[in-house]
Amino acid sequence: MSKYTEDDLREELKTKEYEYGFYTDIKSETFPNGLNEDIVRAISKKKEEPEWMTEWRLEAFKIWKDMEEPEWANVNYEKPDFQAISYYSAPNSKPKYNSIDEVDPELLETFNKLGISLDEQKKLAGVAMDVVVDSVSVATTFKETLAEQGIIFMSISEAIQEHPELVKKYIGTVVPQRDNFYAALNSAVFSDGSFCYIPKGVKCPMELSTYFRINQAGTGQFERTLVIADKGSYVSYLEGCTAPSRDENQLHAAVVELIALDDAEIKYSTVQNWFPGNAEGKGGVYNFVTKRGLCETNAKISWTQVETGSAVTWKYPSCVLKGNNSVGEFYSIAVTNNYQQADTGTKMIHLGKNTKSTIISKGISAGKSQNSYRGLVQINSRAENARNFSQCDSLLMGNECGAHTFPYIEVKNQSAQIEHEATTSKIGEDQIFYCNQRGIDTEKAIALIVNGFSKEVLNKLPMEFAVEAQKLLEISLEGSVG
Amino acid sequence: MDLKEKLLSSFLVFENQSEIDSYVSDVRNDAIKMFEKKGFPTKKDEAWKYTSLNKLLKEDYSVFPKQENALEYRDVEKYFIHDIDSYKIIFVDGKYSSHLSETTHDGLDVCLMSAALNKPKYRLVIENYFNKAATTDSLSSLNTAFSKEGAYVHIPKGKIIEKPIQIIHFSTGNESATMLQPRNLIVVEENSHVQIIECHQSLTSNPVLTNSVTEIFAKKRAIIDYYKIQNDTQEASLIDNTFIKQKQESIASVHTFSFGGKLTRNNLNFYQEGERIDSTLKGVTIIGDKQHVDHNTLVHHIEPNCESHQDYKGIFADNATGVFNGKVIVEKEAQKTNAFQANNNILISDKATINTKPQLEIFADDVKCSHGCTVGQLDESALFYMRSRGIPEKEAKALLMYAFSNNVLSSVKIPELKLRITKIIANKLGVNIGFDL
Repeated sequence: MSKYTEDDLREELKTKEYEYGFYTDIKSETFPNGLNEDIVRAISKKKEEPEWMTEWRLEAFKIWKDMEEPEWANVNYEKPDFQAISYYSAPNSKPKYNSIDEVDPELLETFNKLGISLDEQKKLAGVAMDVVVDSVSVATTFKETLAEQGIIFMSISEAIQEHPELVKKYIGTVVPQRDNFYAALNSAVFSDGSFCYIPKGVKCPMELSTYFRINQAGTGQFERTLVIADKGSYVSYLEGCTAPSRDENQLHAAVVELIALDDAEIKYSTVQNWFPGNAEGKGGVYNFVTKRGLCETNAKISWTQVETGSAVTWKYPSCVLKGNNSVGEFYSIAVTNNYQQADTGTKMIHLGKNTKSTIISKGISAGKSQNSYRGLVQINSRAENARNFSQCDSLLMGNECGAHTFPYIEVKNQSAQIEHEATTSKIGEDQIFYCNQRGIDTEKAIALIVNGFSKEVLNKLPMEFAVEAQKLLEISLEGSVG
Repeated sequence: MDLKEKLLSSFLVFENQSEIDSYVSDVRNDAIKMFEKKGFPTKKDEAWKYTSLNKLLKEDYSVFPKQENALEYRDVEKYFIHDIDSYKIIFVDGKYSSHLSETTHDGLDVCLMSAALNKPKYRLVIENYFNKAATTDSLSSLNTAFSKEGAYVHIPKGKIIEKPIQIIHFSTGNESATMLQPRNLIVVEENSHVQIIECHQSLTSNPVLTNSVTEIFAKKRAIIDYYKIQNDTQEASLIDNTFIKQKQESIASVHTFSFGGKLTRNNLNFYQEGERIDSTLKGVTIIGDKQHVDHNTLVHHIEPNCESHQDYKGIFADNATGVFNGKVIVEKEAQKTNAFQANNNILISDKATINTKPQLEIFADDVKCSHGCTVGQLDESALFYMRSRGIPEKEAKALLMYAFSNNVLSSVKIPELKLRITKIIANKLGVNIGFDL
């Protein structure tokens, strides 16, 4: 029997297409391409939104018109034509279901292929799902269990109808419409997303989870997520994505706003595995996301992300540590392969006294990809005894990829204690040799070493996610040995 | 008339006056066009994000000092490191001062840029090296356009120069605000060794803006130690652009000591064009008042098996602002690179600011690159320990700060210079301790 060599493996992986790349044909109601005031109004009308929301969208649209696409990120891509995108698409089947049986079987099949069948999910470890397929919330589960505790977990369009006072009070407070180009665009045209409110002193009994999917060809997805943790509450929120294989570039410009009031804690975990483009760098999703959290006194926000997908990623989950004694955390693994480009990191803005932040960022680049960490730690002059620890490690595989670090540290207070360190290295030959001589083949050895490298971050993920994330890492890096 | 227009019109006069061969003239004309196109950098430029030149550019600088100002040696004696035997190239308001200087043509050239630019025997060197390392950024271009005077050092093959070279730029500013644009060229041939000390000193309370460019070429196995002492008056500002091109197995180090000046910007660029090169960039910054010091470094690793070490320490008091922007680029071919970058800062006032941005851009996989950056305070327990043993608080703090910056000082190879710097540090910290004990 001929031996299965590394070359065979490389050949196999080259031809291996994106595992989750399939496309479900659901009759969609899609708006004509392009963006103007009428489209914004139409989206708002379609969603039966109140007047103030329409106005808010229009204001954002006006701001967006005058803004320019940012160019400072360390990524190269063909800029999307914003007039060639359809800004709304909803699955044609009736959007509201009482039970899972009513859901379009084709759609259920999609979830089965992804291995996230709703039945299974329902049984699994108490995860409530708010499944978003192309912008409209299709099924919401466990709503009753949550409602008993007073927790509101619904799509944002429902929240606008049912809890306008909460939405009106908090939307745009952390990420204002004029924050940046993509945030403005999102504010104008956001189709749907999740809304979550945890009342005072309630500890959310289960992990809240949403799966985002981009399904219809040529539609951009503009999600808006708003999580509010009232005083003394706790919530852990999961977000994960896989997208069908598409040749044209798809745009994703989401906005996530987290608000942690006094003594509250929010844990936000993301696994992102959108279509990264094929081995020649064709296709793939553009992921331009604005995520930011606001911490009041004694509050804590923790971001954990595993970024393995997307052709271009531009994402900086940030914490504004406004209250005294608040804590911000950022744990990230970004893996790039083939022609992927990622420019990701965080911003920690210390405003209150005794605020603490921790940044652990692990970048792994393989193939011809470029992976950048860009972070800001800002200590304002009134932030006494602020503390920050940052660690950015990069792992390079092969000599055609790049790893970059751009940390910005701005300190205006003498009592601040800041530590930043960054390293760049490759997987040691001795490490591989050690594994080899104990009968572990090179591919497995790499997976093992990468897992060890990313362990600090993987440990921060909730159990269900950690397993999936570990698998994702392996899949993303397959074939990068050589 | 703003400064840019003034400079552009002055250039026409300047170009008419000088009788220089066409090569240099072409370089200057290209450079002024580049400056005209780019203008002065603003805060919108990423490299100038934390440093604004706006205030400086508002002054009405005289670009060509009219009268000659003679200085007596005894008036400026204290600015020399006189207890060492050294070559001296001294400028007063941008003009060469022959009676203060000590130059040579005996086996090596330690002389003037103007001589090198004008005399035919240097023509080949000028064509090979002049403006070959400097980049075309706006301030370097501006200097190139007005390049006329400065130090010219050419060390032939296999010479170890025992005497260090002191380059001192005095400005008397008798007329008004002065803008100086010295241009230095240093070429060190194979297997040679040279030590250079550079210093800018203003003797006036009028504003002085110096936009200096130094190009240094280190050939195979050459060793260069370059020391910059920046301890100028409150009204003096310095933009220092230094470009160092290294060939294989050469060793170059630049130590920058920034203790004074209104605004100091150091653009320090190393290009490693050979294998097994070693580059060292070190600096100590101790400032207070409203002073602003910005270190902007670049190490470009182009070939394999090279090393670079960066170590910058900063202590900031009062309303001072410190900026560190270090960039390490490792090209695809530069395997087995070992690059290290550290920036440590102490803030001793609530109004002091530090902005630091250590960057790594790495395209090769078999490398060891790391950077570290800290901002903190003096260790309370260490202070307590010393005070409990009878060392007054002020001295205890000074000792800790001295120890903090000692990493950089320890690699200064001229003992007299080290002594001079420790004295400046003691003075700066307001204590009377001989740290060399």
